[in-house]
Order: sequence, then C-alpha cells, then structure tokens
Amino acid sequence: MGMTITEKIFASRAGKKTVKTGEIVIAELDLTFAHELSGILSLEIFDERGFDSVKNQEKMVLLSDHLTPAKDIKSAEMTKKLREFARKMKVEKYHEVGRGGICHILIPDKGYVRPGDLVIGGDSHTTTYGALGAVACGVGSTDLVAAWVTGELWFKVPEQMKFVYMGELTEHVCGKDLILETIRRAGVDGCRYRTAEFAGPVIESLPMNDRFTMCNMAAEMGAKNGIIAVDKTTESYLAGRVKEKYPRIESDPDAQYAEVVEIDVTDLEPVVAAPYLPSKVSPARGFKDVEVQQVVIGSCTNGRAADLRIAADLMRGKSVHENVRCIVLPGSQDVVREIIADSTFDTLVAAGCAVSTPTCGPCIGGHMGVLAAGEKCLSTTNRNFRGRMGAPESEVYLGSPAVAAATAITGRITDPRDLD
Amino acid sequence: MIQGSAHRYGANIDTDRIIPARHCTTADAAELAKHALEDLDPDFVGRVQPGDVIIAEENFGCGSSREVAPVTLKGAGVSCIIAKDFARIFFRNAINMGFPVFECPEIVDVSETGDVIIVDLDAWTIENKTRGRKCKPAAYPDEILAIFQAGGLLNRIQAARTQPTA
Ligand code: SF4
Repeated sequence: MGMTITEKIFASRAGKKTVKTGEIVIAELDLTFAHELSGILSLEIFDERGFDSVKNQEKMVLLSDHLTPAKDIKSAEMTKKLREFARKMKVEKYHEVGRGGICHILIPDKGYVRPGDLVIGGDSHTTTYGALGAVACGVGSTDLVAAWVTGELWFKVPEQMKFVYMGELTEHVCGKDLILETIRRAGVDGCRYRTAEFAGPVIESLPMNDRFTMCNMAAEMGAKNGIIAVDKTTESYLAGRVKEKYPRIESDPDAQYAEVVEIDVTDLEPVVAAPYLPSKVSPARGFKDVEVQQVVIGSCTNGRAADLRIAADLMRGKSVHENVRCIVLPGSQDVVREIIADSTFDTLVAAGCAVSTPTCGPCIGGHMGVLAAGEKCLSTTNRNFRGRMGAPESEVYLGSPAVAAATAITGRITDPRDLD
Repeated sequence: MIQGSAHRYGANIDTDRIIPARHCTTADAAELAKHALEDLDPDFVGRVQPGDVIIAEENFGCGSSREVAPVTLKGAGVSCIIAKDFARIFFRNAINMGFPVFECPEIVDVSETGDVIIVDLDAWTIENKTRGRKCKPAAYPDEILAIFQAGGLLNRIQAARTQPTA
C-alpha cells in the first residue's frame, strides 16, 4: 500500500519500512526548538530532573521572540535563563535580539529545516515548516526536554487528510484567504490529530510566503502537521539556504487518506475570520461597517517580506486612517533588511504605520499594541480567541495583508478590491 | 481513585482561556493557578476545591502548545479532565506530565456543574454519582498507558535509563 509524504518521513525516522495510522512510533528528530515561553518550563523541568547535558546541541534552536525585546522584568528573567542555558549547552543556533526574529520565519529562512526532516518545536505553529516538505509538529515543554536529552520522541502516526485546490485565484486573493476558507470548511477541529496535506495546481502556483501561511494555520484546524510536496518553488527558496542534499519525497498515488477535500478557488473572495474563532470566516465585504482602532500586519503567519510588500503596494501614496493605529511587525532581522532595501519599509512608514523590530508582541497580547476593552483590530495573525490580543472585551478579526492594508486606510474592514 | 465535584464547560475551550498569555511569564504552578480559567469563568479560582473535576465538550485545550495550561489546572487542584475529546497538544502535554485526561462523551452529556464524579483508574471507569451513570472512558494505547502509569514521560525515560543492561 502506498504512503503519504508524512508517513514516509515518520517511517524513515522510526527506522521502519512502513507505518500505520494510529501506530505509536519512537522517532529520531532532526531539529528541536524552544522560545522563551515554552522554554522556561522546559528549563525548570530539565533542572528539577537533574539533567546536565543534551544529546544533540547542533540540532537545537533557541530564541526569544514572544515578549522580546523583554517587555518587563519577568520576561527579562525568562530570556536571561534561556540565553544562559544556550551558552551552557553550547547551542550555536541561538538567536539574540537584533540577530533574531519570530521563530517560524527565522528558522526556515536560516536553512535549519530540510525537506524530509522531522522537526518538533515548543510552539503550536511549528506546522509552518511543512511548507518545505518536512514533518513539523508543535509539542509542549516536557516533550522538549525528552527530545533534548534523548534525541527522539514518541509520535502517534496521524490520519492523513488531503486538501486539493483547483481553479484560478482572483486578484487580491492569497494563501491567507485559502487557508481561512479551508478552516471555515473543516472547522477548528476538522483536522484534529491529522495531517493536512495541501496539494493541487493552485498550491503549485503559490509563492513560498503563501505556502508558509497555509501550513502555519493548519494548526487552527487541530492538525498535527501541515505539508506541501517539494517542487521548483521550494527548491529555489532552499538554494543558498540548505547546502546538504535533500530528498524529494512525494505521496504515492495509492496512498490512503481518511478524507480528501476538493476546493475550487475561482469564486473565492478576500475573506475575514470574525471573533472569536478562526473558523468564523466570510467575505471581507460583509464586514464593511466594522470600524477598527488597530491593524496589525506581520507575525509568523504573514510577516515575510512578500507579505509586507503586498501591504505597502496598497498603501503607497496613501495614509493610515486618523482613527487607526497600524502596527507592522517584520518577521525577522533579515526581513527588516529586505524591506529596507526595496523601499517597502519607507512606504509603510510614510503612510503612518508604526514599524516595529521583530517580535510576536501583540499577537498574544504581550506588548507592542495590546487592545483595550471594546477595541477592534484587523490582524494578519492566526488566532482571534477571546482575550488573545488584550482585554477579554476586545475583538480580533483575521485577514490577509491586503485586507489589513485596505482596512488601515479606510478605518473599516475593507476588501482591497473596493479601495479607490 | 479520584473523587470531586464537576465544573462543566462547553466546546473549544482554548489555552488562552485556560491561562491567558499575559500570565505566562512564570512556570510556577501556584502562581499560574491564581489565573486559572480567568477569561472563561472568573469565579472558578474562588470556587474550585482540591480534587475537583473539569468536564467539557469537544476539543478541550485547543490553541497554543503551552504546557502551562495543564500545569495551571493541576496547580488549581483539578484532579482530572473529562471531555468529549481533546486538542492534540493539550492531551499530549497532560499525559507527559502524568495528569489524567479522559475522553468520555457519555459522562459529559449527563454531567452538570456540582455533580459528584468518581474515577476508578484500576477499573477504568468514570461514575457520575449524582446522575447514577457509570461508563468506561476511551482506552489509552499501550505506549501512552505506560507513560501515564510511570507518572509521565520523563519518569519513563529516566526509569529506562537506570535499568541495568543485561
Ligand atoms: S507570531 Fe503569534 S502565533 Fe506566531 S509564534 Fe508568535 S505568538 Fe505564536
């Protein structure tokens, strides 16, 4: 019987020829990462258990991004502990403020993930790296410690689910709209304990930033991992980043899927997810009476240079509405350099955006744009749960960089096609 | 044997509602527990008694991977969680720390806040004493049961390491 890309990777890392759905395997890991929020509990557990060394420090990434640069004394203490641990364990893939960024942007950009790898991270959106044909799963702090000290971890081989996209994408419809529409159809648990494999001609035509966005938000359907087969687009992204040879794994034609969902994208419009679930998705035009006080463009979902360029193109020569604070969060230091080099940065600043140093910041209501009670925000992030960005009585609407830019200009949730 | 009174909630209780990120700047269970379910049920912390049981519908613990979510509930005195089903990482984290989480839709359907719940781990049964209903929760696969019975993943790993090699 044929296998999917995900099953092939689990089999290879578990040292087996085949794996079955539901089987528990112990598999060798190619990369693990932790940030300050997941790492702090891991460090406590590590010490409590009396561990004093790690197995493969060259396979570890550590960085602080959530409340970084430290927003208060407590977060300063957290980042300090992580930094000291990285030094003590001689972790070279440690990224300091000013040379770092948001984990899910920096890690693939630095070439730390190769197609065919099995990766875990102490963050639910670790699914992002599936865009490189790797299996990447979010885990908790105990799992991280187990992975650090043994180099392996237990996995239940997930059911496989495939989403096939056909048709033509229309103007201003991008990966974010595709994944929001997918979450609308599947629901927030429609892919729970499953792999979300994204395939079809539309995926093949998508640029890398959109592919990362889709795998990133696979987590919002409960998926264990999102995955996209390697093709020419992946290869050109990886050129210069990954030096080693990597396999080009594909799902077999007779691979078994628990469910296959076909989505025709031709009639898909720019969409928005309303509070308080990422599955409450409907066309952006239906929200045109919703006034917002804040717009956030960035995060691990849409903080790549290509995302910010989309926003800048719509904002060129225009201004952020007087009632709106538009906060832009480039995903990494490298992204900052890219957007400075091509004038994206200047365009956004000239339009009245506050462009920040890379951080998760407001995405988790941490800092750099926390919402007050009663405020509404249109954000390119991935979650709009109650209280996610601040006061429990605030509201977050999720959309693409194009919807966010259009909304920042008009002060109301706006379909980019309706901008003059 | 676990016995406690039930606190019943709905579907898709996410980790931000279990412990908001604004309080995640510590790993201290007692500190975290002060904010347990703060944005979902602000009175919970005042009401919860040691041994109490959380009952919820589908997809409990969805959202972030923060292991402080089960740490918070355990720290608040919660003895176990019974849901129709769980989000993947929450389930994994709970098992990895030896914290009991059961999938048992039948009990969820009949339970209300305040009901007396009894869990018998040896017999693998859950009883709602108030409603006179007893059921078997979903079984754990062998490897997961072994981790749970060891009291968590690291206990299991450390036990394996100290075992004399033949
Ligand atoms: S940007 Fe938001 S979703 Fe992404 S890693 Fe940071 S906090 Fe998590």
